[in-house]
Amino acid sequence: MQNRLTRAFGTGVPLDRRRILLGLAAVGGFLAVDLGAVLYAGGWVAGERLTRQDFIDAFKRVNGSHPGFRRNHAKGVAVAGYFDSNGAGQEFSKAAVLRPGQTPVVGRFSLAGGNPNVADMIDTPRGLALAFGYPGGQQWRTAMLNLPVFLDSSPQGFYDRLVASKISPATGKPDPEATARFLAAHPETARAMTVIKAHPPTSGFGDSTFRSLNAFYFVNESGGRAAVRWSLAPIGQALQPLPRSSGPNALFDDLIRQIGSRPLQWKLLVTLAAPTDPVNDATVAWPAERRVIETGTVTLTSVETEHAGNARDINFDPMVLPDGIEPSDDPLLSARSAVYAASFRLRAGEPKSASAVNVGAVAL
Amino acid sequence: MHSHAATAELQQFTTLSRILHWLTAILVFSTLLIGFTMVSSVSDYATLLKIHKTLGVVILAVVIIRVVNRLTHRPPQPPPTVGRFERILIVTSEMALYALLLAQPLVGWAMVSATGRPVVVFGSLRIPRIAPANLDLYWVLRETHSVLAFLLVAVVAAHVSAVLLHSITLRDGMLARMTFRLPRTRSRHANQAGVGEPAAPAASVE
Repeated sequence: MQNRLTRAFGTGVPLDRRRILLGLAAVGGFLAVDLGAVLYAGGWVAGERLTRQDFIDAFKRVNGSHPGFRRNHAKGVAVAGYFDSNGAGQEFSKAAVLRPGQTPVVGRFSLAGGNPNVADMIDTPRGLALAFGYPGGQQWRTAMLNLPVFLDSSPQGFYDRLVASKISPATGKPDPEATARFLAAHPETARAMTVIKAHPPTSGFGDSTFRSLNAFYFVNESGGRAAVRWSLAPIGQALQPLPRSSGPNALFDDLIRQIGSRPLQWKLLVTLAAPTDPVNDATVAWPAERRVIETGTVTLTSVETEHAGNARDINFDPMVLPDGIEPSDDPLLSARSAVYAASFRLRAGEPKSASAVNVGAVAL
Repeated sequence: MHSHAATAELQQFTTLSRILHWLTAILVFSTLLIGFTMVSSVSDYATLLKIHKTLGVVILAVVIIRVVNRLTHRPPQPPPTVGRFERILIVTSEMALYALLLAQPLVGWAMVSATGRPVVVFGSLRIPRIAPANLDLYWVLRETHSVLAFLLVAVVAAHVSAVLLHSITLRDGMLARMTFRLPRTRSRHANQAGVGEPAAPAASVE
C-alpha cells in the first residue's frame, strides 16, 4: 500500500511528522490570508463600511421587487435627437463634442423612485439622462435632475434618506420619527430642501431645467482645468400652451404629445465655479452671478417606448466621459457609478416587462 | 529509494519564465483583490475600476507572451517526488491556469464592450470594442467574469498550496525552480535524508 501510494505520488522521501505539520501550517497560513482577503474585500465579513449591496437591498426594501427595471428612476421613456455645439465650450474643454458641429444624442426622461408603475406627480424629481455620441469612443453620459441642488452630499446621506423614506403600511407615509432622526443627522439635506422649496418645479418635463448637480472638470488643450456644473435650460417650451393630460401618466403623456408635435430644445449651459465654490458638495448651490457659457443646443426629435436596444438598455453612468471632461471628487459620483452598475447587472439578467409609459397608446 | 532525489541537479525555469511567472502572480493577485473590493465599494469604485481594467489588459499582454514562451521553451522536468498521478494533475492545472488567465481579461473586455460604452485603459487610451452592444450578451459575460474570478482564486490557491507542500514537507526544491537564488547542491546536509536542500528561505528550518 505504501509502495503504490509512493509510486503514484512519487515521494522518495521519508516524511517526518514535523515537516508534514510545517507544510500544512504554511498552506493553512497562506489560505487563511488569501481567502480571508477575498472575503473581506468582497464585503462578506467584518465590514462596517457601506457597500453597494446595501443600496440594492435598501431599494428593494423601500420599493419592492420590480424585475427588469432600474432600481431608481424606474419609470421612463426613451428619446433621441442631436446636440449642435457652437464651439464656445472649446476654450475650457478639449472634448470633441464641444467643437462646432453636431453630435447625435440618445436619452431617457424618468421620474425618481423605484416603482416603474408609480403615478406621475408634479413634485417627484424628474430625470433627463443623455448619452452624447452613443455608441462612439468619446461618449459623454450624463444623468440630470430638475432640482436646483441635490438632497444629499454623501453616499451615506443618500442611503439614510432612502431608508427613512420607506412608506409605513399603516399610514401610507414615511415614519415621521424616522424622518426627523434622518434630518437631525443630515442638516445638509434640510438646507437643500429649503433651496428646493424656493424653486418649485414647472408643469412638466418639456419646460424643466435639468442640472448635473455634481461638479466636473473641463480640461482644455493647454491642460487648464475649470470646475463646472452644467444644465439644460428649456428654449421656448414655456411660451407654448402646454397640453394637459390626466391620469397616472399625465406628465409623460404631455411630453409625448409635445415631442410628437414638434422637437423640444434646451440650451446646454456650463457654469464656471469660483475658487471658493465647493466642488464636492452637491447640496450647495453656486451663486447666481457665476459666469455661464452657452455651449450649444440639445434638440430632442423623437420619443419611443423603452424596449430592447434603445435607452432602456443604456446605463447612464455619469463617469462615462470623453477626453476633456473629468469627474470632481464629489463622493456621490463614484457611488452613482457603483450603484448604477449593480442595478444594471441585476436587471440585465431579469425577465423584462413592458414599460408603464407606452408611446403608441398616447393620442397626439 | 531516495537515491534519485539525492543526485538530481535542481533544474530551474529560464530567467524569462521566472520573471514572467512572478510578474503574473503580482498582477493577478492585485487585480483579483481590486476586483472583489471594487464591486462591494461605493466611494472607491470608480478609481478601483479604472485600475482594474488597466491591470486586466496588462495581464492579457503578459499572458500572451507567456503562452509564446511556453510553446517555445520546454519547462524543466518536475522533481522525482512527483509521481505519475500528480504529473497529470500538474499538466491539467497548468493548462487550466493558462486558459483562465487568457479568458478572464478577454471576458472583461467583451463585457465592457457589450454595454456600449467606450473601453478606456491607462487613463485615456480608448481600445476597440470586441463585442456588440447587447444587454443579454452583457449579462452572460458579466456573470462569467465572476465565475472565472472565483475559479482563478481556487486554482491559484491549489497551485500555491501544492508548491508549499512540496517545498516544505517533501523538501524537493519545487519552489526553488522558480525563485531567483541559486540552488544549493547537497552540502552540509548530505548525511541527512538525501534530498538537495531547497533554496527557498521558508524551507530552511534546520
